[in-house]
Amino acid sequence: MSDITNSELDRRSLLRRTAAVGFASIPAVGMLSACVGGGGDEENEQATGTKSADNPLGIDPKAGIEIVIFDGGLGTKYATDVDTPMYTKKWPESKVTYNATEQIATTIKPRLNAGNAPDMINNSGADMMDFGAIVKAGQAADLTDLFAAPSFDVEGKTVGETLVPGAIEQGTYDVEGGRKPFAVNYSFTVFGLYYNKKLFEKNGWTAPTTWADFTALCDKIKAAGITPFAYAGANASYYMVRAIMTSAAKIGTEQVLKDLDNLKPGAWQAPAIKQAAEAWGQIGAKYMNKSFLGLRHTEVQLQQNQDKVAIYPCGSWLENEQAASITPNFEYAVMPYPSVTASDQLPATAINAAAGEIYFASTKGKNVQGGKEYLRVMLSKAAALEFTKLTKSLTVVAGAADGQTISPGLTSGNDMLSKAGKDVFMGYLWDTWYKKMNDASLEAVNALMFNGGDAQKFCDTMEKVAQEVAKDSSISKNTRA
Amino acid sequence: MRHGKYPFIIGFLAVPVALYAIFVVGAYLQMFRLSLTDWTGYGTFKDIGFDNFVKLWNDPVIWTALRHNAYLLLVMPLATIAIALLFAFLLNVGGGSKGGMTRGVWGSKVYRVVFFFPQLLALALVAVIFQRVYGPDKSGMINGLLPDSWEPWLFLADENWALTCILIVLVWQAVGFYVVLFSAGMGSIGQEIYEAAALDGANRITLFFKITMPLLWGNIQVAWIYLGIAAFDAFALVNIMTVNQGGPNNSTQVLSMQIYLNAFKYSQAGYASAIGVVLFFLALSFAWLTLRVTRRDSVEA
Repeated sequence: MSDITNSELDRRSLLRRTAAVGFASIPAVGMLSACVGGGGDEENEQATGTKSADNPLGIDPKAGIEIVIFDGGLGTKYATDVDTPMYTKKWPESKVTYNATEQIATTIKPRLNAGNAPDMINNSGADMMDFGAIVKAGQAADLTDLFAAPSFDVEGKTVGETLVPGAIEQGTYDVEGGRKPFAVNYSFTVFGLYYNKKLFEKNGWTAPTTWADFTALCDKIKAAGITPFAYAGANASYYMVRAIMTSAAKIGTEQVLKDLDNLKPGAWQAPAIKQAAEAWGQIGAKYMNKSFLGLRHTEVQLQQNQDKVAIYPCGSWLENEQAASITPNFEYAVMPYPSVTASDQLPATAINAAAGEIYFASTKGKNVQGGKEYLRVMLSKAAALEFTKLTKSLTVVAGAADGQTISPGLTSGNDMLSKAGKDVFMGYLWDTWYKKMNDASLEAVNALMFNGGDAQKFCDTMEKVAQEVAKDSSISKNTRA
Repeated sequence: MRHGKYPFIIGFLAVPVALYAIFVVGAYLQMFRLSLTDWTGYGTFKDIGFDNFVKLWNDPVIWTALRHNAYLLLVMPLATIAIALLFAFLLNVGGGSKGGMTRGVWGSKVYRVVFFFPQLLALALVAVIFQRVYGPDKSGMINGLLPDSWEPWLFLADENWALTCILIVLVWQAVGFYVVLFSAGMGSIGQEIYEAAALDGANRITLFFKITMPLLWGNIQVAWIYLGIAAFDAFALVNIMTVNQGGPNNSTQVLSMQIYLNAFKYSQAGYASAIGVVLFFLALSFAWLTLRVTRRDSVEA
């Protein structure tokens, strides 16, 4: 999510980076090698203490910790005003050294490679580090003991038991010796079709549950002179990828997506994927125009706020991101993706919701256990609630924000989540595991949506890329069960 | 005097040479070294010989990028130099001569400043501005100026024209600097030469091709090399302006973008370094070839 919420920062930091890259880009490549440090398999000295019921992670109460927070769309207040005070209250002698940056990779990567990293790192934003590569290089700490430790403020439960399903899985990677969790994906995003509740009420439009209803609604919206559906092809095509993936999972269950993640041959040719691509391709051909291919997410989202676009596929960060553009006539609401066929395996209420925003403890820090303890504090119910209040984002701590009224969009998302019941699926991970495949999907989905909706071509292109990735030994692989 | 010469020279040279050695030569050496490894950018790496270069040879996207760089290399310097020469000529000589002094067209002093404006803007700003100029719907500057009944032009969203849109921005941004460079060059051409030619009945076109161009040859050569190297880059514009960083459908993909994507997004720093090595040799051979091919006997002034 941070990619989008922080896109303005992205642009700003880009200005600076471009200035640094300057005339010829070649020296820039040289620069990256400035952080070649062998990467060190050598163990650095770690502060440790004695494990006890009060100190389940066995931290040294006197050793300080260093944390780095990404200064972006979520702000840093939750860390400085909530998490750190809670940590210091529990461990008064452990000094918290805090830094915030917009440029995670630029500041942290050299330190990881040099073996003197901060203990807890928030890896996020446009300049985030490839987390899979960090795990592979042994630079992220195994968090098994954190998730098995008792919760900070929920009696009788471990940290892992207080989280929403799929939260740990999202940060789990294949390493030597099995699958282990390495990241806390802290924020929890629900995905769906966002619309202006007031506009819909004014026109008597209702949220469709079947595809026939959906296209009928689109016809009505079009007749009213509004673009029924849109996404930004220039930099936010992955919203559309997610739409197709979600529909595919509803047609053929999450297994369809797991097969994609596992690079199973023929996975992209599965009927569910093709049906989903076909259905959405038709929406693209009938209800969008080509100019959206050249627009950015901010431009399309603004058009929606001005009621020029009716339905927009996005995640629950949208409302916070658009806060400045919302007028009194606009109130965000969200609906699940309509069923594509009558024989969809998941009900129309099923939704995709996923954990995001990586926090990890670094093995190259001086106080790894302390870093994990900080994460345990963050995963407390009290800290999670404050986070939601400050950022209008849900967290992976289950039910932490229940009964709170924070904003209409968030409430609508929370309703959708509770209506979905057990039919909430985590989605897919191939886009973060295999960046190359992700980039290919952005191009493929744009071709599908703007060039006439050739679903077979979409499946063929993606199948080819997936098999190339599978064969490329230089790309480290992950699997999902 | 002689006594203090070496400490003096060394004192002045040591710092720049050290900086150059560490941040340029050192970086290049590391790049050459890394191009032979499978380094992801994190942790340790192992040597894999020339595998990266084999992979590069077989990578269709690299060839697409190379073709686009070649297109920029052919058109960008030519267009920029032609436009800059024309403007510089108009600013300096275009107004004809009066009282034995050649002069520029009316208002040339103002134009001279205005032409330089684009050069003052950071390239990234230029990119953001032109993104709006090229807006693919009615909110775009150009489309906003077109009659309402016209279908909006897609510009960067059109596979066939996206790269040309980038090219136009590159030229627009570069022209000002070369106008100034050529103006300075023209300023150093003696008035008596123009005067003599004018006496022989030469018109403005003849003046330009027979007098100005040959005497400016050194400047043009330098401009050609600088612009050529800039054409190998184009990173900032492609990164900021284009659909999906190099799209749609790789239609604006360039080598520098491929380096960036592989190094920072795909965690293939070794492979990115290999592309860097290729780019290094391409730029080097371009500069060498340009100097070779354009070498002329200097015109006696």
